[in-house]
Amino acid sequence: MELTKRNKPLILSPLKLSQPMGATLATLGIEGAIPLLHGSQGCTAFAKVFFVRHFREPIPLQTTALDQVAAVMSPDDNALEGLATVAAKANPRLISLISTGLTETEGTDLERIVRTFRLRFPEYRHIAIVPVSAPDFIGSLENGFAAAVEAMIRTLAGKRRAKERRNQINLLVGAHLTPGDVEYLKTLVEAFDLQPIVIPDLSDSLDGHLIAAPFSPVTVGGTPIEAFSRLSESLATIVVGRSLWAAADLLAERTAIPDYRFDHLLGIEATDSLIALLSDLSGRPVPPAIERQRARLEDAMVDTHFMLGFTRWAIATEPDLLHAYAALAAAMGAEVPVAVASTSSPLLKEIPAGEVIVGDLDDLEAVARRHGVDLLLSNSHALATAERLGVPLHRIGLPQHDRLGGAQRAAIGYLGTRQLLFDLANLILEHHRHDVPPYRSRFRPSEEAHATHATCCPAP
Amino acid sequence: MHPKEIAALLDEPACAHNHKTKSGCSKTKPGATAGGCAFDGAQITLLPIADAVHIVHGPIACAGASWDNRGTRSSGPTLYRIGMTTDLSETDIVMGRSEKKLMHAIKEAVHRFSPPGIFVYNTCIPALIGDDLEAICREATQRFGVLVVPVDAAGFYGTKNLGNRLAGEALLRYVIGTREPDPLPPEVVPPGITLHTINLIGEYNIAGELWHILPLLDELGIRVLCTLTGDARFREVQSMHRAELNMVVCAKALLNVARKMKERYGIPYFEGSFYGITDTSTALRTIAAMIGDADLIARAEALIAREEARINAALEPWRKRLRGKRALLYTGGVKSWSIVSALQDLGMEVVATGTNKSTEEDKARIRELMGEKARMITDGSPRALLAAVAEYRADLLIAGGRNMYTALKARIPFLDVNQEREFAYAGYQGMLELARQLALTLESPIWPVLRRPPSWRNNLVTVPQVA
Repeated sequence: MELTKRNKPLILSPLKLSQPMGATLATLGIEGAIPLLHGSQGCTAFAKVFFVRHFREPIPLQTTALDQVAAVMSPDDNALEGLATVAAKANPRLISLISTGLTETEGTDLERIVRTFRLRFPEYRHIAIVPVSAPDFIGSLENGFAAAVEAMIRTLAGKRRAKERRNQINLLVGAHLTPGDVEYLKTLVEAFDLQPIVIPDLSDSLDGHLIAAPFSPVTVGGTPIEAFSRLSESLATIVVGRSLWAAADLLAERTAIPDYRFDHLLGIEATDSLIALLSDLSGRPVPPAIERQRARLEDAMVDTHFMLGFTRWAIATEPDLLHAYAALAAAMGAEVPVAVASTSSPLLKEIPAGEVIVGDLDDLEAVARRHGVDLLLSNSHALATAERLGVPLHRIGLPQHDRLGGAQRAAIGYLGTRQLLFDLANLILEHHRHDVPPYRSRFRPSEEAHATHATCCPAP
Repeated sequence: MHPKEIAALLDEPACAHNHKTKSGCSKTKPGATAGGCAFDGAQITLLPIADAVHIVHGPIACAGASWDNRGTRSSGPTLYRIGMTTDLSETDIVMGRSEKKLMHAIKEAVHRFSPPGIFVYNTCIPALIGDDLEAICREATQRFGVLVVPVDAAGFYGTKNLGNRLAGEALLRYVIGTREPDPLPPEVVPPGITLHTINLIGEYNIAGELWHILPLLDELGIRVLCTLTGDARFREVQSMHRAELNMVVCAKALLNVARKMKERYGIPYFEGSFYGITDTSTALRTIAAMIGDADLIARAEALIAREEARINAALEPWRKRLRGKRALLYTGGVKSWSIVSALQDLGMEVVATGTNKSTEEDKARIRELMGEKARMITDGSPRALLAAVAEYRADLLIAGGRNMYTALKARIPFLDVNQEREFAYAGYQGMLELARQLALTLESPIWPVLRRPPSWRNNLVTVPQVA
C-alpha cells in the first residue's frame, strides 16, 4: 500500500468537510440541544443548508455572528451575547459552543468564555454548555465530531465509578454511523437485555420522524443529558470508530470502565466480534433471531461473491468510513486500487488498498482512471466523477442530497451488510461491466437495408 | 402431432446416443424427473431469432413463467424479448374459441410489429382439445402476407431435447430454403480471398459467446450465413440452405437439421465445440479442411498459431493461480469432455466428471483426456454430488445453474456452465473469462469465513480490551 498526501495549491471538488460541521453533527445527537458556532455567520448558514438537504430535516443551529470589527475588538462579547440569546430564546438543555477557523485564529479561549458566561448569567446555570475547539484548518468532519464527543464527556460525564452496576452498555459511535446504523446497533445490544447509552444518539433525533409540535428551536430526541451522569454505572463501553479513541481514553480515565474498541461494524467478522462481546458481557446466549440474521448474511455473501469478486472499487470518504468499506471489499474478494481520504488518520496505514491518497475527488478521478475501476463509493458530489469514469456510484457518507433515505440506511451488522451487498451487486449487474460487446460481421448485410418492416408501430 | 412423427424424430440416425443400450432419448420417470418439456426446448431453439414474433398459444403458465429468461443476446432487434401469448381462458377452452383467438392474436402482432416472420408455439391444452395449428398458420400466412410458422411442440410430447428437434423440424418444413441469401457488396471481400459460407447450428449466443467466434471467421473470409439461432434474423434462417458447410456446435439436439440439410441440399456437416483452446483450434481446422480451400487452410493455421500464442500469454498469470486446483464437473454430453480439455488447458485437475448424458464416444474422449482411471459420475442428485465433492476433495463444482444452489448452500465454490450463465466462455477470448470466473470463486475470501463457526458459538471474545 502506498500512502500519499497531496500537497497541492488548488483543491478541486473537495471531499473534506469542516470540523465545525462534525461538532455540529455530534451535538445534533443530544436531546434538547443546539450548536452555536463561534464565528462569522456564513459558517453556520452553509452548514445548516448542508445538513437540511442531507437529512431532509430542520436543523437547529446558531451563530455568534462575528463581523470584522467584532472579530478584532470583542469576539468574546459576541459569544456571550450569542449564548445568552440562544439560552433565552430556545431554552435548550445543552448548547455546544463550537469554535471555527476565524475564532481559533483570533486566539479564542472557549473555557474562559463559558466561565465568564456562568458568572454573568447565573440564571442559565441549568443549561449545559460544552465548549468544542474545532477549527476548520485542521482535520475533517469525523475529527470535529470526535472533538465534540470528547468535550461532552469532559464537561458532562460522571466522574467517579459508581458502586452499583447496571445492565447497561455505553456506546460511543463515530461520524461514520448513520442514524439507521445506530438504531440497528441499539437493537443488537437490547437483544441481549442490555440497556444502551449512545453518545451521540442520532437515531433518536435525526431519524426522520414527524412530531406533534409544529416547531422546535432545539433538537427533538437524542441522548438525554442525564445519561452522561450514568455513564459510570455501565458494565462496559463499546467504541465504534478509530477517530473516537481520544474520547474513549478520556471516558475510561474518568469512569475506570473497561472499553472494547471496534474500527467499524461492517461485514460478518466485525459483527461476529460484537455479538461475541455482547454475549459475554450479558452472560446470555446469542438469540436465535440474530443467529438467523447471520445465516442470511452468509447466504448473501455466497450469492453476491459472483458479482463482487474481482471488482475494483474506488472509495473516497472520511478515514473511518473509508477503512470500513475497504475492509468489506477485501472480505468479498474485491480490490480497492485507490482510496481517497478527506484527511489524515493513523488508520490510513491499515487500509487494504493499492493507493491511499489524502486528497480530493479530482485526485480520485485521475487515479481511478489510471487504474481502471468498476465501482465508485463516495458522497453525492462524486456523481459527476462517476459519470465521467463511466462507472456506477454507491453513495456513502455526507452529503447524500440527491437520494432519499441515504442518510437513514443501515450498512452495519448482519442485516445492514446483507442489504449493502445486495445493493452493490445490483449496481454491478445493472452496469453489465463484463458483457461481450456486440460484434457485427462485415459479411452480414446491414440491418437497415432490409428494414422493409418497421420493428414496432403503435396499437391500432 | 402424430405419435409416429414423434417416434421418427426420437430415432435420430446420426445421433450417437441412438446405439447400444440406449435407443434415442429415454422416457422420463414420474416422481424423479428434472428438466424442461418439449415446448421449453422448442423455445430455446427458436427464441434467439431476434426479429421474429414468438406467440405462445396456450393458457398463461407456458409463456408467463418463461418469457425473456434466457442469456441469449442480439446485436440488433429485440422483438424476441417481448413475451406474447394467447392467454387462453376457461371460456376459450370450453367454448372452442381458442383457434379464433389465435387468429386475432396473429393479426394483432402483424399490425403492431410488422415482423418478417411469426412462430406460433403449440402447448398442451390446444394440443389436447385439438386446435388445428397448422391450418390456422396456413390461413394467416395467406391473409397477412407474413410467414406464420406452426411449432407443434406441446410440452407433453416429451423432453426439452425433443422440443429442440421439433423446432428444427419446423424450420426445415416451413422456413429454410424460402429465400436466397442477401447479396454482399463486393468491396467487403478482401481481394485475393475466396469467400466461403457456413452455418453454425446449435449456437445460441449465450452471453454473447458468438461474438468471440465471429471475428475469427471474418478474418478467415468465412461468411456465417446463419447461426441457428444465436443473434439470428428470420431472413437468414430462410436462406441457410445455400451454405457450403454446417457446423453442429456442442449439441446433439439439432443433428436432425444438419442431417436433413445434407440429404436435401447436399451440405456436409461436422460436430465441433468452441470450448477450450484445443477445441476451438480443431473446429477452425475442420471448417477449413472440409471446405477444402488450400489457401484458407494455410490462413487458418496462421490464425490458430497467432491466437494460441496470444491467449497462452494472456492466460499465463491465471494458470499460475489455477494450477493443481481440483474440479468436479457435472454437465451433459459433449461438455463432459470439452470443458475437461478447457480446464486442463488451464492447468487444473478434473477429479471426476458426470456422464449421465454422455455417449460411448463422449466417454472414450474422457478416458483419452483423463486417463483410463477417469472417475465418471452418473448420479446427479444433490446428495451424490456433494458426497463426490467430499470424496474426491474437489475445490469446486462446475455444473449447470440447477446445481448451483446445491454447491453454494454447502459452501462450495461453483462455476455455472449452462444456458442461464452470464459469462461467455467460448473461443480463445472466452478462455480468459473462464479463467477469471474460476479464480473469482476459488479465491474468494468468503469461503474460509463461511466454513468457520462464528466466534460467539464457542463464547470466545476476540476483541482486545484496551482500557
